[in-house]
Amino acid sequence: MPESPINRHSRVSSRVNNIPFSGIRRFFDLIASSDDIISLGVGEPDFITPWNIREAAIYSIERGHTHYTSNNGSLDLRREISKHLKNRTGNLYDPTTEILVTVGVSEGLDLAVRALTEIGDEVMVPEPSFVAYGPIVHMAGGSVIGISTSMENKFIPTITDLENNVTDKTRAILINNPNNPTGAVINREGLSKIAEFVIDNDLIVIADEIYDRLIYGNKDSFVHFASLPGMFERTVTLNGFSKSYAMTGWRIGYATGPEEIIAGMTKLHQYTMMSAPTVAQYAAKEALVNGENSLNEMLDAYSMRRRLLVNGLNNIGLDCVDPDGAFYAFPSIKSTGLSSESFAEKLLMEEQVAVVPGNVFGPSGEGFIRCCYAASVEDIKEAILRIGRFVERETNSS
Amino acid sequence: MEEILRILEKNGRIDASQISELTGLKEEEIRELITKAEKDNIILSYKAQIDWGKLGDGPVLAIIEVKIAPQRDVGFDAIAMRIARFPEVKSMHLVSGDYDLSAQVEGKNMYDISNFVTNTLSTIDAVQGTSTRFVLKRYKEDGTLIGGDDMAEGRLPVSL
Repeated sequence: MPESPINRHSRVSSRVNNIPFSGIRRFFDLIASSDDIISLGVGEPDFITPWNIREAAIYSIERGHTHYTSNNGSLDLRREISKHLKNRTGNLYDPTTEILVTVGVSEGLDLAVRALTEIGDEVMVPEPSFVAYGPIVHMAGGSVIGISTSMENKFIPTITDLENNVTDKTRAILINNPNNPTGAVINREGLSKIAEFVIDNDLIVIADEIYDRLIYGNKDSFVHFASLPGMFERTVTLNGFSKSYAMTGWRIGYATGPEEIIAGMTKLHQYTMMSAPTVAQYAAKEALVNGENSLNEMLDAYSMRRRLLVNGLNNIGLDCVDPDGAFYAFPSIKSTGLSSESFAEKLLMEEQVAVVPGNVFGPSGEGFIRCCYAASVEDIKEAILRIGRFVERETNSS
Repeated sequence: MEEILRILEKNGRIDASQISELTGLKEEEIRELITKAEKDNIILSYKAQIDWGKLGDGPVLAIIEVKIAPQRDVGFDAIAMRIARFPEVKSMHLVSGDYDLSAQVEGKNMYDISNFVTNTLSTIDAVQGTSTRFVLKRYKEDGTLIGGDDMAEGRLPVSL
């Protein structure tokens, strides 16, 4: 075999080698080795996709809709998305040029970052944040500027922190609203300040709004970032069906934004994905047309479980900001003196409750854990009992 | 009130303290609302839904279409209530279409039901005709699937 001109230590590229495995990978092994686990560690609904949506997908297969759709997704679905967004946000997205159907928000995120950033560009990401943001920016040749948030500020980034961290190389800001893992929702006032900052620094916004339908209390507290004055032309919004309609396994989402950006993303999408799964597109259309009742039923259930979990955590001494959206609570575990990882690991070993250590979502997540309340009422109650027992032992021993 | 009723509709055994945990309402307030709903016949009853088939031969169920003659002043109501009061009748509705009442009738066996139809139901004056359809298999009752619930299998214990 001829000698390689480059001395390669690994067959895998250094760019990929430099990405760490997702922080909770070793948890899977731990969990696999224990029984009777109650998991608050999930990031998806416990509901099964509503039957009418599943049935629409089955019907599409029966009818033989098994071919590619147009690269951007079926026009039928894009029209429904456009109508849906018009009703909800007031923004009118042209179904032919301003909407791209993606394989979940994960793909949309990858496309957006790659379409928008040059090598060496910086992307601001308020953290704690979803774990994929960093690696995706890294793979696109950019770097992430993490903006710390704190419990005191309800995990909402301050403008001072944004201003102190912006540089000439900053190209975009990635906003996940409502936020995974904290459940924080930035209100209109907060978003307007960010919008001003965006204009002042000539940035682009990637708005990950996958949890937009999971809002508790005042439903109007969620604002579609691109609906703010001047933001349409600067924002690409990522959304999907996974969380609202319990469709995580279908892998279907969409990106909306100005024609130029969507066209750029479509170029990447057509060479990597061709098109999102056709059967999932039929299911998604049914979700938009006839999914509202199911969504509201699930929302009612989440709302009750949220109260149960948040009150429960506060009662056992784990302080918790009221999460206004998504289905996560993000309590502080600082009173125990444990790090997030040892808390999660010990809790799993001693009480068989799985939670996600907050530090996997960024340095500001240290001292917190993420607990998901997309779990049954019985499981949440039992989990709180067990966590309470654990916290008491830890607090007494330290 | 509606929130409490929706919870009770799904689980009649849940108590006020559990409802309080879910809704954030005070236990005392919940108890009062429930008592009032019971008094006002908004809550009609609490009972268990049982799959008798699991214990061997379950009861026989028939859906009986009944054509009746309406009566002056009371329309269908008087005769309908007269039929509905028989314990064999598990549920009954006035319906639109070719006939008037749709009654679900339960018996130990086919003979029980035919006995009820021929000797009791058909002999009521206002009853002009009946048509009996025996239930062959139950799939779903009162919103509950029988013998085929969806299971959320395969959800990963941890995902981000």
